[in-house]
Amino acid sequence: MSSPDGTEPPDRPAEPAASGGEPRIEDVVDTTGPAAVHFETLTDENDDGRPAAPEPEESKKKLDLGPVGHLGDRLFSGLAHGSGGLVVVIVAFVGIFLLALAIPSLADNNTSFLFSRVWEPGGSDPKFGIAALFYTTIISSIIAMLIAVPIAIGVALFVTYYAPRRIATPVAHAVDLLAAVPSIVYGLWGLLFFAPILLPVINGLSAALGWIPLFEKPIGDNVGVIFTISVVLAIMILPVVTAISREIFAQTPIAHREGALALGSTKWEMIRMAVLPYGRSGVTSAAMLGLGRALGETVAVMIILTVPNGNDPWNSSIFAGGETFASKIANNAAEFDTPEKTGAFIAAGLVLFVVTFLVNSAARLIVARSAPGAKRPRRNRRATEGASV
Amino acid sequence: MAKRIEVSGLNVYYGDFKAVEDVSMTIEPRSVTAFIGPSGCGKSTYLRTLNRMHEVIPGARVEGKVLLDQQDLYATGVDPVAVRRVVGMVFQRPNPFPTMSIFDNVASGLKLNGVKDRKKLTEVVEASLKGANLWNEVKDRLDKPGAGLSGGQQQRLCIARAIAVEPEVILMDEPCSALDPISTLAIEDLIEKLKDKFTVVIVTHNMQQAARVSDQTAFFNLAATGKPGRLIEMAATKQIFSNPTEKATEDYITGRFG
Repeated sequence: MSSPDGTEPPDRPAEPAASGGEPRIEDVVDTTGPAAVHFETLTDENDDGRPAAPEPEESKKKLDLGPVGHLGDRLFSGLAHGSGGLVVVIVAFVGIFLLALAIPSLADNNTSFLFSRVWEPGGSDPKFGIAALFYTTIISSIIAMLIAVPIAIGVALFVTYYAPRRIATPVAHAVDLLAAVPSIVYGLWGLLFFAPILLPVINGLSAALGWIPLFEKPIGDNVGVIFTISVVLAIMILPVVTAISREIFAQTPIAHREGALALGSTKWEMIRMAVLPYGRSGVTSAAMLGLGRALGETVAVMIILTVPNGNDPWNSSIFAGGETFASKIANNAAEFDTPEKTGAFIAAGLVLFVVTFLVNSAARLIVARSAPGAKRPRRNRRATEGASV
Repeated sequence: MAKRIEVSGLNVYYGDFKAVEDVSMTIEPRSVTAFIGPSGCGKSTYLRTLNRMHEVIPGARVEGKVLLDQQDLYATGVDPVAVRRVVGMVFQRPNPFPTMSIFDNVASGLKLNGVKDRKKLTEVVEASLKGANLWNEVKDRLDKPGAGLSGGQQQRLCIARAIAVEPEVILMDEPCSALDPISTLAIEDLIEKLKDKFTVVIVTHNMQQAARVSDQTAFFNLAATGKPGRLIEMAATKQIFSNPTEKATEDYITGRFG
């Protein structure tokens, strides 16, 4: 037990004040003062209050109130402070890195970064805007969420309230297992197996809703489209949304559930009256967390989504190809030959970072504000104050 | 409105564990019947069999007959959901639906029965809140959350919610045990009033309460821990508290055990 800098606290030293440096509580407390006397008085009495029989050897022995080993405290405290600080430093460095690389390119940009769909970074006349990337990223993630959340709620309710235990547990594990499948496997599976299956769905949707530009199918049977990747993303975020929903549904207080049942509600009515209102905020935040994951998904998107030919006009349809922030950067990682070009991609990455951060913060905010046990909203508090008897 | 309950040879189980054994009793309409007895003697368990809430717990089952107006609640073809619409229940802890307003809490049972007409709902909500002695305290804030009321008000809100669907019987499982004495008094006054229209069955740990509010009292006890609870004696409240037939009853009400 030696410390390299020689400041190691004494491990049960013979003399409390021996180690110098800053004053410690053990040093400040005088162990021979009134406290020690008090303890001696206490030990002089038996349980029934009568003075103890004289035991000179035992009662005269000084109590050992010197410092016990605080080495673990100090080590762990240092470790904890260090870890906390390290995280802040890493975040700061990443931020500085992104900004430092992005700002010069943004300064040279000859078009609107936020509103242009052109992406021609580098060269003598750099032009790049994120509008198309932003659109594809957001629309694919939102569709993924719209597909995943109802299914997740269904699975969570099935597992918590409908399935017998011997079925519920395997189903829950199967859903959790979806989270363990690597993105690259989802990408390959989606491209080779799942996308062809989706073609009839795409044809059906575009036939029924094709008059809306969003659902207008371009010529050809391309299946590497935004809709396909949305469905695959939905499968990918299903586990996290299901897990959180399941957790929150299971926590619905039995008093609320029995209250609904005692009024003569069926199981579904009980779920609607007691379980869903209780779980609303939890499910909302679960959906946001899923959205955050879908926004940043790279490999699966990159493999499945076809990059449109540069000569074609931009198409807003979800049955067209496109590129998200993440897939754009990953697709072009080999071309980062000049700092200007790299800066443009970094700037796009920065936007993705900000969007994901905002979505995750919103999720956290919702959880913190309305989680069970959190403080109640203002209007409830006022009502309580006005209450009598 | 009120109906007679006749129970015969009722055994109640949690899985393999027999919690209540061989209970037979008759509960008169338009009266208040109190169940008393030491903790764990099965009186709450037994109460929950009267509206088939017992079977909500996995593994729980019942043997025997519970006749409500000559109809066996446990006969095949009887829907427990329908039973609970006829036999309402108020729980130990007030449990208004936290996300619903006071109005919606009271109207929730009616909405389950398919009542949509706003005018009818408003009428019933007002009548039920008046019936639960709560109208004057909440009439100005019916749209506020029910969870914002005090404990005693919440419990009366739950009673209003229970009587809004006009049940035949109201079961109360220690309705005052989470309340202060003044709120308790308000609930006791209310119970007195409820028996004009409903058959009321109340489980209570408070013997003064049983003596104050009930017409009939049933004393439950168990031979030993792990043994099933049994109905020891049931009679007019006055007789139970002044001249019980059984020694165990006398010991319990005089505070010698339990």
